[in-house]
Amino acid sequence: MSLDLKFTYTEKKDTRSGFGDGFLEAGRKNPNIVGLCADLIGSLKMGAFQKEFPDRFFQTGIAEANMIGLAAGMTIGGKIPFAGTFANFATGRVYDQIRQSVAYSDKNVKICASHAGLTLGEDGATHQILEDLGMMKMLPHMTVINPCDYNQTKAATLAIAEHEGPVYLRFGRPSWPIFTPADQKFEIGKAWKMIDGKDVTIFATGHLVWEAVVAEAMLREEGIHAEVINIHTIKPLDEEAILESVKKTGCAVSAEEHQINGGLGDSIAQTLSRHNPAPLEYVGVNDSFGESGTPTQLLEKYGLNAENIVKAAKRALARK
Amino acid sequence: MEKQSIEQLQKICTQLRRDVLRMVHAVQSGHPGAPLGCAEFFVSLYFDILRHDPNFNMDGKDEDLFFLSNGHLSAGWYSVLARSGYFPVEELKTFRKINSRLQGHPATEEGLPGIRVASGSLGQGLSVALGAAQAKKLNGDDKLVYILLGDGELQEGQVWEAAMYAAHYGVDNLIATIDYNGQQIDGPTEKVMDLKNLKAKWEAFGWEVNEIKDGNNLEAVLEGLKKAKSLSGKGKPVMNLLYTEMGYGVDFMVGTHKWHGSPPSDEQLADALGQLEETLGDY
Repeated sequence: MSLDLKFTYTEKKDTRSGFGDGFLEAGRKNPNIVGLCADLIGSLKMGAFQKEFPDRFFQTGIAEANMIGLAAGMTIGGKIPFAGTFANFATGRVYDQIRQSVAYSDKNVKICASHAGLTLGEDGATHQILEDLGMMKMLPHMTVINPCDYNQTKAATLAIAEHEGPVYLRFGRPSWPIFTPADQKFEIGKAWKMIDGKDVTIFATGHLVWEAVVAEAMLREEGIHAEVINIHTIKPLDEEAILESVKKTGCAVSAEEHQINGGLGDSIAQTLSRHNPAPLEYVGVNDSFGESGTPTQLLEKYGLNAENIVKAAKRALARK
Repeated sequence: MEKQSIEQLQKICTQLRRDVLRMVHAVQSGHPGAPLGCAEFFVSLYFDILRHDPNFNMDGKDEDLFFLSNGHLSAGWYSVLARSGYFPVEELKTFRKINSRLQGHPATEEGLPGIRVASGSLGQGLSVALGAAQAKKLNGDDKLVYILLGDGELQEGQVWEAAMYAAHYGVDNLIATIDYNGQQIDGPTEKVMDLKNLKAKWEAFGWEVNEIKDGNNLEAVLEGLKKAKSLSGKGKPVMNLLYTEMGYGVDFMVGTHKWHGSPPSDEQLADALGQLEETLGDY
């Protein structure tokens, strides 16, 4: 028996390709956009831009710290640098460079981070960063975005090109359902209510938005009507949308491919605790590192798939 | 800016040293040693070499840019910025105090004219300067980018990432300078972490190296910086090795790491100021 999904897909694609295609399109629109990459051009899907605009693209070699500094410097003179590498090397490895040269200096740098989270898969925990959203959202001036599929990642890439200020854009490697529209307008900081519900709100970000869509259908079969809200922008957080939804449903679940510590759920908890202390359950990695495996296996083992969102929703409901 | 005579520039150097000592003394914190040693460099740059506009514009198009990677030399940089017209000299008295634009280490957050990126956490400036230099090339802007680094700072790995990158891309509109005073907080660099043969290192990385042997002699510094400029535009990044003495200009501060990050007492300040004539008027 198949689920009655409110959103469906006919094609799967990696979100990094959404970034690569959006980056190329943004580059065609604005000659000030430049690219940098630390020896992962193919993995980041930055090759098409490099081919079309070789003079505006800078291979930095395996030297991420330098890349972040270069990007900060290029903004002086009006360039809009998109600096790409794996999320692990784009954050933890260069935290101080981002903090001083980009965030504190309020530079118009776009940090483009692929292969984030467990769904990186077989490469294992050294590369599966699960702390990046937390590190980036703590930085003043930084905007943090984590889109859910190919189309949303492409739209987000085009949106950040027109946004003035430092941005962290997180995306991933696995082939993933394309379930949002190709022509969507991406508004930074504006949550998207994808499915209306009255019993419990599921706030999801990144790849787990799809799992939330599946979880909603599973809950509905049991007579539970969940509201699904796509939080593509972790910072600034759309507090209004969060409070409005929880006012109606009375309880919530956060779902993210990230540590529970410091993630989206933490941000939602802050908002709720200040304005409307309601039950909140967390779907995320619980203070551990990942390991090698397929994306599906890893999401299951670490408790991040639709079944786990369903369980969390029921726990939240029981606490109402 | 009108060119000044050597005598006039020398007076500015002396006043810069007074400013640094008074600023650091007033808040009993900061780093007097290195800016004292870089007075001739700062003054040569801002009053002669740089083609710049004190009506500050962040993008700095069609002007030479200067970055300070070793941000703890802030007192010296603020003094030369104020004395060359970026902001009122009077504002130097707010150094390191609450609600000031003159932060302990240089920052853009408060909007101090002349600062284009925050520095203080060492090793990052060369990368930023390279990015700015490449942006100039992309913009068809033929002006130059200057940057000062500390010698101890070269122990940071990022500097060598940037060194490799600059030569690979032939960033020849960049003129870097190392404040080669041989001192860092914990002692002489050769004891803390020996830099060995810096000239050979930078040459091996593909840079044009220009030694300025007497970094506390104004004429030598001016001549050295002019030579550096003549070496630019030839396919290689340029590195000046500027041999200075930390604490230069005050007899009890010179040549030791002890004044890297320590302020003078009231008596020590009086003694030091007695050795430095008030030439342009204290702030």
